[in-house]
Amino acid sequence: MMVRIRTESFAPLMQLRDEFDRVYKSLFRDGGPLAQARSAEHPSLNIWEEAEALKIEAELPGLKAEDLDLSVLGSELTIQGRVTTAPPEGQTFHRRERPAGEFRRVVRLPVDVQGDKIEATLSHGVLLITLPKAAVVKPQKIKVTAG
Amino acid sequence: MTAQAESQNVDKHNGNADVRSIENTRGGRYYRPRVDIVERDQELLVLADMPGVGPDGVDVQFDDGVLTIQGRAEPRQPADTEYVSREYGVGDFYRSFQVSDQIDVQKISAEMAHGVLTLHLPKLEAAKPRKIAVAAR
Repeated sequence: MMVRIRTESFAPLMQLRDEFDRVYKSLFRDGGPLAQARSAEHPSLNIWEEAEALKIEAELPGLKAEDLDLSVLGSELTIQGRVTTAPPEGQTFHRRERPAGEFRRVVRLPVDVQGDKIEATLSHGVLLITLPKAAVVKPQKIKVTAG
Repeated sequence: MTAQAESQNVDKHNGNADVRSIENTRGGRYYRPRVDIVERDQELLVLADMPGVGPDGVDVQFDDGVLTIQGRAEPRQPADTEYVSREYGVGDFYRSFQVSDQIDVQKISAEMAHGVLTLHLPKLEAAKPRKIAVAAR
């Protein structure tokens, strides 16, 4: 009885919360007007799945391979490094928009991966990380024999 | 250096303004590269972030005081890729600036490395600062 009364009295709050969720999702969904604000973290990432591997791509113009550090711990990938192609301080800047200095981002991986087989390439300022999936999450082909 | 004539196109990492670029040579939408512009005594230095653009994909023009930068970034995934998370789009870059300084157009140099375009715009003699000797009386 106690529980039921509490639930009723909280109903308007629940409705408010649902409404908030709805508005939040419409604004912050992929491609929504505020999608970028949701991920204010740098660098921005595109993540997709292929049959054998999870792929993560980031745009890090100016980054050199030796200034990048990738590590996997459990189901988390950490991408960190340093971009050093900024003009030195003390000069007259008419525009200063390029992100410079240290960056760090931790990504929760949506599938299990083989942590020791991760590969990464840097090409024209684009980082592509290939994370081979663990055997259990790969699609298994099941042989059907005619009986 | 001023930038009144700066093009109105989409900021790469804040892509909510759906404004088409001025020169629409390939169709689709352009991203606005982030830039640093530094004024030095002898030159203007422009750095532009254009990730995914190789040295062959860059086009720089300086015409009548307007500097135009274009970069071609080919798609890196098939168009039908289903993303688990998609935080940025990929496409060509375009941006233009009005440059008020007198530039020695013949000596403009450009290089592309690690997805960053570096542009040196040397000033003409007349535009360089001069030290005026003050005679003591």
